[in-house]
Formats: sequence, C-alpha cells, structure tokens
Amino acid sequence: MTTSVLARLHGKRPTRLTKKRPDGPFRSMVFSPKVAPYGFVFPFILTLAIFWIYPIGRSIVMSTQHIVPGYIEPVGVENYLRMWNDPIFWRALWNSVRYMLATLVILIPIPLLLALAVNSKLGSPRIKAFFKASMFTPALTSVVVAGIIFRLMFAEGEDALMNQMLGVFGLDPERWLRNDMTGLVALLVLALWRWTGVNMMYFLAGLQSIPAEYYEAAAIDGASKWQTFVHVTLPQVKPTIIFVVTISVFGGLSMFLESFMLWGGNNSPQNIGLTIIGYLYRLGIERNDLGFASAVGVVLLALVLIINLTQLTLTGFFKKEKRA
Amino acid sequence: MSIPLQKDVRPELAHSSALGTAPRRKRWIGNSAMSLLLLLISAVTLIPFWAIFVGTFQDGTALMRHGLNLSIDWDQAGLYNYIMLFTDSGDFFRWFANSIGLTVVQVVTTLLVSAFVAYGFAKYEFRFKTPLFICVVVLMTVPFEMLMLPLFTQMHAFGLSDNYAAIILPWVARAMTIFFFRQYLLGIPDEIIEAGRVDGVSEYGIFFRLVLPLMTPAMAAMAILNGMLSWNNFLWPLLVLRSPSNFTLPIGLNTLLTPHGNNYDLLIVGAFFSLIPILVLFLAFQRFFVTGMTAGAVKG
Repeated sequence: MTTSVLARLHGKRPTRLTKKRPDGPFRSMVFSPKVAPYGFVFPFILTLAIFWIYPIGRSIVMSTQHIVPGYIEPVGVENYLRMWNDPIFWRALWNSVRYMLATLVILIPIPLLLALAVNSKLGSPRIKAFFKASMFTPALTSVVVAGIIFRLMFAEGEDALMNQMLGVFGLDPERWLRNDMTGLVALLVLALWRWTGVNMMYFLAGLQSIPAEYYEAAAIDGASKWQTFVHVTLPQVKPTIIFVVTISVFGGLSMFLESFMLWGGNNSPQNIGLTIIGYLYRLGIERNDLGFASAVGVVLLALVLIINLTQLTLTGFFKKEKRA
Repeated sequence: MSIPLQKDVRPELAHSSALGTAPRRKRWIGNSAMSLLLLLISAVTLIPFWAIFVGTFQDGTALMRHGLNLSIDWDQAGLYNYIMLFTDSGDFFRWFANSIGLTVVQVVTTLLVSAFVAYGFAKYEFRFKTPLFICVVVLMTVPFEMLMLPLFTQMHAFGLSDNYAAIILPWVARAMTIFFFRQYLLGIPDEIIEAGRVDGVSEYGIFFRLVLPLMTPAMAAMAILNGMLSWNNFLWPLLVLRSPSNFTLPIGLNTLLTPHGNNYDLLIVGAFFSLIPILVLFLAFQRFFVTGMTAGAVKG
C-alpha cells in the first residue's frame, strides 16, 4: 500500500488509472482475487484445525486408552463399556437431559409471550424500554456472581428469600439444595432469570422484521387476533424459534457452572446437581482419569451433533444456506 | 440485516387488527394494565440485584447462616465489607485489572480476526466455501466443554499453561461472531468493493480501508457481546490459569468460596463490584446492544 492509494481513496485526483501490479510473483499470487478468499478464511481454517478438529481426534483416541501419568495403555472400547454400566453416568446424563427439556418448556413460550407484549401497541414506550433493559441485565452477570446470589437466596435458613416466600403462603421452609426436585427448581429459576431476557430479544428481533404488509393483509381479511398470530406471526418467527431451540439444546446439555456455583463445587448430595459436563470435569480434572473422561466427552459431543444436525436438516437450514 | 428493517416496520400498522378500532377509554385501561404488568416483571427480575446490594452491608457469618433476603438488619448493617475490600482484599484489585486487560485484548483480536474471516465468506466464491461455512454453523452448536480436556493437555504441550494466550487463541475466530459479521457484510453493496478494485487497491486493502470502517455498528454490538463473554468467562480460565496473581475476577472470586468456611464478607462485596463494569458498559451502549445483538443471529 502506497500513499498514492490512500490519496485516491480520500477523493484526491487519481494519479494513475492503470492497476498497480504487486511486486514479485509471490505477492501477485497472494493478492490476486482468486487466492485472496483463502487468505481471508485462513485464520478460521487454522483455529478450526488446531483448536477443534485436532482435539476432537485426540478425544476419540484418548477414549480408547487407559491413561495414567507417564503410562498409556490401549483398551479398545472398555471405557465405553464402563460408561454403559456406570449408574453415575446415567444419572448425570438424565440430569442434563431433563434440565435441557425443562428449559425448552419454559424458555421458549415465556420469552415469546413477553416479546409479543413488548411488540404490541399496549404499554408506554418508556416503560417498555426500561423493561427490555432490566430483563437483559441478568445475562450480563457472570455465573459466579449469579450463583453466589442464588445460593444465598435458596439457603436453608427460614429467613432466606425463597423460604420467606414460602412462609408468605404458609409453607414450611425447604432445604432447597438437598432434594432432587427442589434442586432442579433452583437451577431452573436461575436459568429463567438469566436467559428470559436474551431469548426475548431474539424473538423481538424476529417479530420486528415481519413486514407490516402481512398484518395489513390479515386485517383486511378480517382475521381475528388469534388467527393473525397463528397464520402470520408464528410462521414468520419460525426461524427465530429454530435458532433459540438450537442454542437451548446446546446450552442445556452443556450446563455445568450453574450447578457448580449453586452447590459450591462439583459435589451435590446424591449427585442431584451433577451434570454431564460436571461428570467430565470430575473424571478428567479431579480424578485425572482422562481416558474415561474422553469417552464421556465423545458420547456427549455425538449426542449434541446428532440432535442439532437433525433439527437443522429437518427445518431446512442447510438448504437455505446453499442457496445463499 | 434487520437493523434497517426495524425502521421500516410501522408500529401503527403492525398490530392494528383488533386494537386499532378499540375505543380510547379501553385503550387507556389496556395501556395501564400492560405497563403495570411489565413494571412488575422488571421488579421481580431486579430482586437479586437488590438482594446482593443489601447483602454487602451484612456480616459474612450472618449471611452464611441466614442467606440473602430483601431487608436490611439495621443492628448488624455496616460498611465493614467495603472497608475490608479496600484495605485487606489481597489480590482483588489485581484480578480486576487482569480481567479488564484480558477482556480488552480478547475483544479487539476476536473482532478483527472474525471480521476478516467473515469478509471472505460474505464476498467471495471459492472452493470448499460451503463445507467451511457449515463448519462455522456447526461450531456454534458444539459445547467447548466437551473438548476441554484434550485442549487443556494441548495447551500444556504448547507451553501455554498459565498464559493468557491460551485463553485468547481458541476464540480469535469465534464462530458466532463470524456468522453475525457475515450476515452484516452481505448487506454491504458489492459496488464499493468493485470501486476499490478499479482503483487498484489490493484485496486486503479493500477490506481494511473500505469495508472495515463500514462495519462500525456491527462491531459495537459484537464488542458488547464478546466483552460480556470474556468478562464472565470462567471454566476455561479456571483450567488454564495457575498463579493467583494471574487470576481473572471470576476465578479469584471463586477461590474465596472454599469448602472450609466461605469468606462471604469479601465475596459478597467483591461480587457486587464485579457487576459494575459490565453494567456500566451495557447502559452506555444499550442502544447498539438491543438492536445489534440480534440483527445477524436470527437470519439463519
């Protein structure tokens, strides 16, 4: 890049109209429009190879080994058999799956309803702006901070916030983080608090990109509010719903830190808060059983990929991508 | 591109089906009811923030015994947690500075590299483009946690343990950010690029001198999102970082939570202080955030 190029860019009189040739065969090759795209995507190819594909390969190899420091023994599918027969693995998988399903059940309809409310004509604009901002703030807090707050709100004492609330309804204080179901409730309340605003924003963006003509047409046809919602709004926000479902499946199955913070570490009574990543962490980091931990990671990775790729294929995502 | 689209939506027509004809009085009641409902939900959402604020004035052992609630116990309330934070908090402010430095470097590198890559995907046709782009989409849905063990041993082999480079490098080309930038760049007219070529600017020069300045709105949105992710990042830094003087704020706060007696005094006020930078950032750039964050992602 020479100063003359800059000068031309800034609207000065062009000094030369012919294309300036880069010096040397190497430069002209790298800078040609044919090769340039590879230069642009090169950083991605590099990180993909080093930080994703290679570790996936390593994971698969390690999952067939028994690894102790300084000694590696190939054991074939033994780790996978061990996993199949391990009740704690199934417990962790069940915890993660039910958490994921529960977040789908609450974190799709509630944010969608709120987005519809914010997008409607009702309510004062200033209150709506305040509402949007306040709904979003929980997502800004780190899991560490959110976990500390919720852990203290779900504390066992009678005067901890959640037990105070139970008291209002005349119920006895609960030992929230000691029981399976109440532990799950605590996790879900935390998820609801942190992610409702984010999902609401996604839906809001989806709703606002629906052309107004569609609603005009529906109004002219005399469609009721409900008919308008079912026949205009819902089909139009479908891509957004698919997107939110995809990230929710991903987020639900990989949840770990919420549980880690609520129970102050990776150990909860009878593993009620143990998630699949928590199990991976326990095996790999706390117990140094890297082979077995890798097998758990490979199974989970396969699970997430199968669910998401199936869903994206069924909903026609890849077809659209090719056309683009 | 839905930023300009949002301006096209005429709110007076968007949902006029039933409400447009409603009598004024009925509208007024509906408005107040909706405003009240939204305010109520806002209040519930903000409760935990109030709880932690109130908690910062409480004695740590009392907190541990009673948990958090919304009232202040005036007999016990005091500024001792704050005094401790500013006089005897060990590495707290160092962690704070580390977090700020790491966040700034990570955001700048991620935005630049991701924009560079996204430009390649948005404005060129080349072999392997589709499979590579599918990789971008798939990476958005692959939980990194599943690969943390091999990645961890790999970073160790690279000699990057306890090094910020190990935290920054895996995400310099962040799939989510690339995807967002690509969507944004698709909306930038090709004529600009053609004009640059005619003027003899190199392909890379076109990106850096012509396209990059046009990406400011998308950059602002992604700066906040990436800033948030980096500021709050926990698991990976927890694995990589070893020496307490290198800790980031979330890792440092977590060390205050030990199995033997939690230092809730310092923890609660430290947690409260760690909220402040990200809240200030959000309030300052809220405008970009609310419209920008969602603009690219939904158009999948």
